[in-house]
Amino acid sequence: MSEPEKAVQSIIDDNLERCLAGLTKERIKKVIDQVLKNESGARLKSYVETCVHCGLCSEACHVYLSKDKDPRFSPAGKVKRTIWEMIRKNGDVSPEFIKEASIIASTECNACKRCVMYCPFGIDVGYLMLTVRRICHLCGMTPMYIQDTAHSHAVTMNQMWVKDDEWIDTLQWQEEEAQAEMPDLRIPLDKEGSEIMYSVIGPEPKFQAYLLYNMAYIFNAVGADWTMPSTPGWDNSDMAMYTGDNEIMGRVKKEHFETAARLKVKRIVMGECGHAFRSVYDMGNRWLNWKMPPIPIVHAIDYYYELLKTGKLKIKEKFKKKVTLHDPCNVIRGGGLAEKARYVTRALCEDFVEMTPNREHNYCCNAGGGVINCGPPFKNKRVLSNRVKADQLKATGAEVLIAPCHNCHSGLEDINHHYECGMEIKFFSEIIYEIMEKPEAE
Amino acid sequence: MHTLYNFVSGPLAWIAFLLFVGGSLYKLYTLFTLTYQKESFIFSIMSFKYGLRSIGHWLTPFGTENMKKNPVMTVVTFAFHLCLFITPIFLLAHIILWDESFNISWWSLPEQLADMLTLIVILGCVYFLYRRLTDPTVKYLTSLSDFGLLAIVAAPFVTGFLAYHHLFDYQLMMVLHVLSGEIMLVAIPFTRLSHMIYSAFTRAYIGSEFGGVRHAKDW
Repeated sequence: MSEPEKAVQSIIDDNLERCLAGLTKERIKKVIDQVLKNESGARLKSYVETCVHCGLCSEACHVYLSKDKDPRFSPAGKVKRTIWEMIRKNGDVSPEFIKEASIIASTECNACKRCVMYCPFGIDVGYLMLTVRRICHLCGMTPMYIQDTAHSHAVTMNQMWVKDDEWIDTLQWQEEEAQAEMPDLRIPLDKEGSEIMYSVIGPEPKFQAYLLYNMAYIFNAVGADWTMPSTPGWDNSDMAMYTGDNEIMGRVKKEHFETAARLKVKRIVMGECGHAFRSVYDMGNRWLNWKMPPIPIVHAIDYYYELLKTGKLKIKEKFKKKVTLHDPCNVIRGGGLAEKARYVTRALCEDFVEMTPNREHNYCCNAGGGVINCGPPFKNKRVLSNRVKADQLKATGAEVLIAPCHNCHSGLEDINHHYECGMEIKFFSEIIYEIMEKPEAE
Repeated sequence: MHTLYNFVSGPLAWIAFLLFVGGSLYKLYTLFTLTYQKESFIFSIMSFKYGLRSIGHWLTPFGTENMKKNPVMTVVTFAFHLCLFITPIFLLAHIILWDESFNISWWSLPEQLADMLTLIVILGCVYFLYRRLTDPTVKYLTSLSDFGLLAIVAAPFVTGFLAYHHLFDYQLMMVLHVLSGEIMLVAIPFTRLSHMIYSAFTRAYIGSEFGGVRHAKDW
């Protein structure tokens, strides 16, 4: 057994252990009854009653495939280890069981919904796993790192404990840096009536500030009518969605939309992120009873497509290295941007090779869905559960991997490193910044 | 034996059909009321266009990626389900019963064809059984109830076949056939056989979510 494999055998998560010490069976039963009987509805009932245990979902799952087709990790297998047992025992399960269920739901499933396309009935195991996460959350049994992230959302309205002044400072710092290149570059703060409000995820100001730089440069170069909020509500990310903390998810999304409404913008353009898209487009807005987001949300890929198609963004010279494109689950299966992503890739790059499978059938990076957010204790497990991704990457023979989603980007870096794929991983904005026509500095 | 036969093909048949129809309607009723009470957003998402699009792909042999990946299972499943429905509805012996009871009749299958369709159903059940016993992934998901359901579905076809060909004790086979058919009918709304009722809705829902909200394909 290799070192990483040995490490996986003995993972200790402090929050899970802490919760285990104090959790009672009474509380568990109460929570399970509440979630399965009160909160859940027709979907849970029909999914559990309609699944005929056929196992056709299994080959959809990157975890199952990477673990040499271990039946415990097939989507239905994961449901068996969690919900079937809870229902069979009528909620009378032990704290150890809940801890195990939390580990299964939080680190063995990315809620990527690939299995939905393989099940003849379209049963959404991702939804079922999120339901298990909610049960665990209400029992206090959430992995430490992602729980901390949810706390950050609750306290600061952003994912990374960024304080109000730190946010403004970071923007102004990047603005100043960029002015060395483009003297009249501005990141307009709180400009009411702008066409676009640009929002990002928490990690960007914290440790990916260069992405703010890239977008500021692009917006200024194309003469966009844009603004960014100076107040909390600038963060479009939503880890609370992934811990089952729907209440905080609702508060965070409300803040985000109300900020945009306050600035009277026509639309929100968001950075290259996957889960944030899902949060505004699918889950968060629906928790708040909006069928569609109240202010249109445009994913960065969609915006680049617009800029390239209308000719507003001009390319100096196409990117020469051989590239391949990763289709993030929440952007492609979650937002239908497969063809636009390809348009953008081909407009930017000379030598583009597809990975197989691709588009809606692409394998998840295994980092999304809150899995990478469970932090260092689970990193080895996460990387070892996605060998098929490494195989898929290597098969392309590409030098550069475009990963237009923050979590995918980070997760793929880990896979790239562990399995020695030898690729450079980039966001679209990095390539655009490198090859775009830059206005002459005065 | 005659009394027994009269009972199973008389009062018990009424009860079975009542439970089947009533139970199925009840299943649909709870599905709708639960949706209305807990997840009413589903009504705003459901779309005929995307729901039917998804159902269409999944009702077409090899119309989805997973079907292409599992060709044997695809052929068996389609053949099994088609014959499962066609045989009881268009079997001459059954139509005679409807005619005698209610004066209604319709086109019937040639007897030899009906025989072959019955065998296809039985062979399908054998394949599913084999799969449950040997494929580790399916085995992991399998419990007694899965074998029970296979038996419930196979029984009417096995006993029907035996009865028609006058194998073993004809009268006993007839009683068992009618009885097992009734058991299967009643089982439909109250077990996982209810996928017959629910699958169109789960498929239409996810087709609507993927097609209408996510602008993506779900096959």
